[in-house]
Amino acid sequence: MSDAVTVSAASKIFPLARGQQVVALEVIDLTVAPGEFVSLIGPSGCGKSTLLRLIADLDQPTTGSIEVFGKTARQARIDQDYGIAFQQAGLLPWRTVTGNIELPLELHGVGKAARRARAAELLALVGLSDFADRYPDQLSGGMQQRVAIARSLAESPELLLMDEPFGALDEMTRERMQNELVRLCAETGAAVVFVTHSIPEAVFLSDRVVVMSPRPGRIREIVPVGLGSAGNRDDGLREASGFFAAVRAVREALHGVPAAEVREAETRRGVETLRGVETQ
Amino acid sequence: MILAPVILGVVVLVLWQLAVVGFAIKPYVLPSPTAIGDQFVRAFGTIWSGTRVTGFNALVGLLLGAVLGILFAIVSALVRVFDEVTLPVVTALAVVPIVALAPVLYTMFGAGAETGRQLIAALAVFIPVYVNTLRGLRQVRPVHRDLMRAYAASSWQATRTVTLPGAIPFLFTGLRIASSLAVISALIAEYFGGPVAGLGKSITSAAAYSNYALAYAFVLGSIALGLVFYLLTLALEKFATRHSPA
Repeated sequence: MSDAVTVSAASKIFPLARGQQVVALEVIDLTVAPGEFVSLIGPSGCGKSTLLRLIADLDQPTTGSIEVFGKTARQARIDQDYGIAFQQAGLLPWRTVTGNIELPLELHGVGKAARRARAAELLALVGLSDFADRYPDQLSGGMQQRVAIARSLAESPELLLMDEPFGALDEMTRERMQNELVRLCAETGAAVVFVTHSIPEAVFLSDRVVVMSPRPGRIREIVPVGLGSAGNRDDGLREASGFFAAVRAVREALHGVPAAEVREAETRRGVETLRGVETQ
Repeated sequence: MILAPVILGVVVLVLWQLAVVGFAIKPYVLPSPTAIGDQFVRAFGTIWSGTRVTGFNALVGLLLGAVLGILFAIVSALVRVFDEVTLPVVTALAVVPIVALAPVLYTMFGAGAETGRQLIAALAVFIPVYVNTLRGLRQVRPVHRDLMRAYAASSWQATRTVTLPGAIPFLFTGLRIASSLAVISALIAEYFGGPVAGLGKSITSAAAYSNYALAYAFVLGSIALGLVFYLLTLALEKFATRHSPA
């Protein structure tokens, strides 16, 4: 079985005015195995969202190639081989929750009864059956994101692309959504490429964490997270020592220096921030 | 919620009445509310028939202008070239004092027909409906654009599911502006000639005979007509946009 995603020497250069350019991504090589959960993490400007967009064929690479399930990214998009969720839920406000989940099914010619049944199934999966006939403006941010995630699963894709879908949520809702997401992935067996700003989130969810750095955007390191399969990850995992070890490993990779020096630097600065970290 | 404006209105009327009586203001400066009310009741039949004529012209103009405005906006949104070519024409139409076209249209369609007035109302309606609908058709949130691409939706599918419904609130903003303009234009067009029926004609003839209270009574009728148009379009807008973002 071919890999879910194969990125081969892909780069993305955005031209600016007066002959200048921005190298958003420089020679990225990455493979994602079927059923694997991979997170992309890094400071602003490292190109993680750009990379996700290239995989989704929302943008084309300047050089190199992207393959999804052995086809070109464009063909995979046309064949609808992936589901996608954005940071803004992007629900259509004039459609009900059910109408929003049915949207991809409707666009691809699925019959009314089948659509209804699938939407009801997905709503039960994300725990929003009671809100089937509500409109997005009647839902909280977390609920809207759950609808967006349900929508991304509508056609049971083997690959899920998610761009910081929990970015706008508070910490409690975030942890709850993470629990639900690993549960869903265990049940569906889909591969996932997940963009995030949060180290604990990346470690909790992923099999591997791809640490990226900016200017130009490239992969600094890929950290394997040996915390077991998705089915075995629950709330207790966040307290496990293995979890903290993995978080430290990712943090080291992000900062580019060993953990002890990082702690000293943090004490001096007084507060840890992911943005504006100087690379060594 | 309704009580405060109503009380304010009553207070204004009372002060007005007192001022007219107290300062012995002449009718040709400002008639008293009671005189206007009296004339309104007496001339109600004429006011009602005048309202029907002017109202009908405004309605025809509203429907015609709205349909044309929407169609042109759709074509302009789809065909860039069309938009660029028609831009100077639309801009010119937007700034011409349309009622200045009234004498021309009366000559074209005959002084006995209401067509000239309806066309003027249609023109006044076309501009805001066209401009607002076009703006609505052009604004699609980037996340929705990405979503349609990710779903490999055809252009028609994207238009039907995202662009058109998203443009509805803008369309109704244009309609709300246009409905008042339809009444005003239909009425003012009556000042420039054409058949005798209509509120505008009645206002001018009442003023010509120095019956100012009666003239104001007809003005009151036209205010009521304008309000009906405005409230109906507002209700329609509220209904159509009840689930759109604020």
